[in-house]
Amino acid sequence: MRTLFSALVATTILAGAAQAAEIYPLDRATILTGSPFDFKAEFSAVVKPEDVKITVNGQDYKAALGKEVEFVAEEKNKDKVLGSAVILRGVTLAKAGDYKVEVSAGSETKNVTWNVYGTPEQAKAKNVIFLIADGLSVAHRTAARIMSKGMTEGKANGRLNMDDVPPVAFVGTSATDAVATDSANTMSAYMTGHKTAVNAIGVYADRTPASLDDPKVETLAEALRRQTKKSIGIISTAELQDATPAAVVAHTRKRGDKAEINGMLFDVKPDVLLGGGSAYFLPQATAGSKRKDDKDYIALFKEAGYTLATSKSELATAAGTNTGKILGLFHTGNMDTTLDREFLKKGTVSKFPEQPGLVEMTKVALDNLSKNPEGFFLMVEAANVDKMSHPLDWDRAVVDTIEFDKAIGAAREFAAKNPGTLIVVTGDHTHGVSIIGTVDDDKPGTEMREKVGTYAEAGFPNYEDKDGDGYPDKVDVSRRLFLNANNGPDHYETFRPKLDGPFAPSIQNEKKEYVANEQYKDVPGAVLVTGIIPKSADSGVHAVDDIVLQAEGPGAEGFRGYMEQSDVYKGLAEAFALGAKQTN
Amino acid sequence: MDKLRSATFSRRQTLGLIASVPLIAAGSRAEAKSDITFDELYGKVSVLGLEFSEKVKQLNGKDIAMRGFMAPPLKAEAQFFVLTEIPMSICPFCSTDADWPDDIVVVYLGEKQTFTQPSQTIEVRGKLEMGSWTDPETGFVSLLRIRQAEYATV
Repeated sequence: MRTLFSALVATTILAGAAQAAEIYPLDRATILTGSPFDFKAEFSAVVKPEDVKITVNGQDYKAALGKEVEFVAEEKNKDKVLGSAVILRGVTLAKAGDYKVEVSAGSETKNVTWNVYGTPEQAKAKNVIFLIADGLSVAHRTAARIMSKGMTEGKANGRLNMDDVPPVAFVGTSATDAVATDSANTMSAYMTGHKTAVNAIGVYADRTPASLDDPKVETLAEALRRQTKKSIGIISTAELQDATPAAVVAHTRKRGDKAEINGMLFDVKPDVLLGGGSAYFLPQATAGSKRKDDKDYIALFKEAGYTLATSKSELATAAGTNTGKILGLFHTGNMDTTLDREFLKKGTVSKFPEQPGLVEMTKVALDNLSKNPEGFFLMVEAANVDKMSHPLDWDRAVVDTIEFDKAIGAAREFAAKNPGTLIVVTGDHTHGVSIIGTVDDDKPGTEMREKVGTYAEAGFPNYEDKDGDGYPDKVDVSRRLFLNANNGPDHYETFRPKLDGPFAPSIQNEKKEYVANEQYKDVPGAVLVTGIIPKSADSGVHAVDDIVLQAEGPGAEGFRGYMEQSDVYKGLAEAFALGAKQTN
Repeated sequence: MDKLRSATFSRRQTLGLIASVPLIAAGSRAEAKSDITFDELYGKVSVLGLEFSEKVKQLNGKDIAMRGFMAPPLKAEAQFFVLTEIPMSICPFCSTDADWPDDIVVVYLGEKQTFTQPSQTIEVRGKLEMGSWTDPETGFVSLLRIRQAEYATV
């Protein structure tokens, strides 16, 4: 045992000292047969092209990879020379099995093993509806159930739609460069089958600073276009260029490349595209544009046969058209939360009063996509669950979880009538949020902290849903759920829903540090909560905890037990038989 | 930094309304015609683009006063700062993408002044300028500026 241990230590030290080469795809990558990807090897030294040796399963690489690599003598970060590299774009491996790839040059060597997998010839599912609530944690689900349905003597008074979709897997969400994670690399893993680095989408993160040259992997949308004639739909309450919707189609090291991502959406042309982010469709001369060129993507999509909808009513009209292609843009930025849109009329609702909700968008998309006899893939994202969990605005996050659940209801209704439909329900990562009890305004005193009920003192919240719409009639009831994050910036805890607009817990000072937003200081009973993460952080952060994945319908058996996020792609690829050409 | 535009509205604007309540109460100066507020910047707001209001068009090139909050300077030596409707708060919601609040006005100072705390309401006076301008030093793009400006806390 001791010998083994010291041997391990020695290997680790050697690896560190030699600054070995790096290979993309990384070791233990899982790759769909026939799915194009870019191969890259980076050396830490400048080497001669004739010294570079690459083998695949012991043979010269050209037989397996099909073509010759391009040699880059010096990769640079500004003036700093990073070393030489070889790159080969658009490689495909047709045969399933393990591929041991060995690269050497001078004193540097590196080997990785890729697992290439095939799929059955026959698809199990005609349609897949992939419903994702960004940041969906267990607390969001529990709170949504209690707020929507109520609870008596410890038993829920009703069930959410998601409560009847079997939980089948725990998903690990860590990135290739960190145990922690973000929505770019997480959704990218779902949509490509490759894990990648924080902020990256559809690529492995190489060392060069350019964000659009990193080694690409195929996205699900691209695989569907390559192998099938299925329709593709993308719905999000965020900007359509935001990480989650982007990952269905895009390739960039930096999720912030939103103007470029918009172009990638156009390249793939999903048949139904509904959400926010019109700012990236507008040419720079138009006020409100966030582009830095003159491209008018509104015009380009229209020329490509899309019916444009910019409001709830236009969406209803577009749903009746027969073009088969709908572009729905309902906000220049992220769409408002359900709580603001439907109830409080805060946020930006006065500027964009005609935004549809996630359920309407889902129904229109399902109606439209299901006209294709070949079937479809639809991604539905409830973005505000995450966007409101960051600023610790739990009421908005939970009400959007209820809306997400209603979208699941619409999907299940569709699946009941269309039995070839696989439904997957999950989040992309979690937040450090939990419910610890209630806040009861009627407890004695003025100190809000003393009105927090835990254990038996919590009692039950008194939300009501008299109109039966599934949403609590109001969130500011006298005894309400108390949700809390295990991290955050300095902020004032007010113990109350933020009825005047989304919570802004912290603001930046002249030292670029985030400090508690004084605006909430004078809310009666507010308590200063000192942050426990760096002062550069403006909001609560993602958690590293596993997320729950639920699935039902044909192909649901592809998701079981603990899965890496990248394994989820394999489940989707098998359900759709993406290893087999279906376009004859 | 160079992708910034003073354009669409931010969901956080309602907080600005809350913030402006004590401000109105405390304001000692009568509103002049040349005053303009963040709410008055745009005449038409739509998914397909925004249009500056008639008031902005009329005040273009004229001396105006406007209240807001100073965003922390981009660089210590920058010749300008960004005036926002509400204090700079959580912005990006994500790791790389530092989108500013959309509703901003860029202020070029006539003479150097000490920067204030971002939570302090200030009143900026200067000449309003409308139209796209790229700051030569920083590449910062703005659509609306106040030139030869000075400011005071209120």
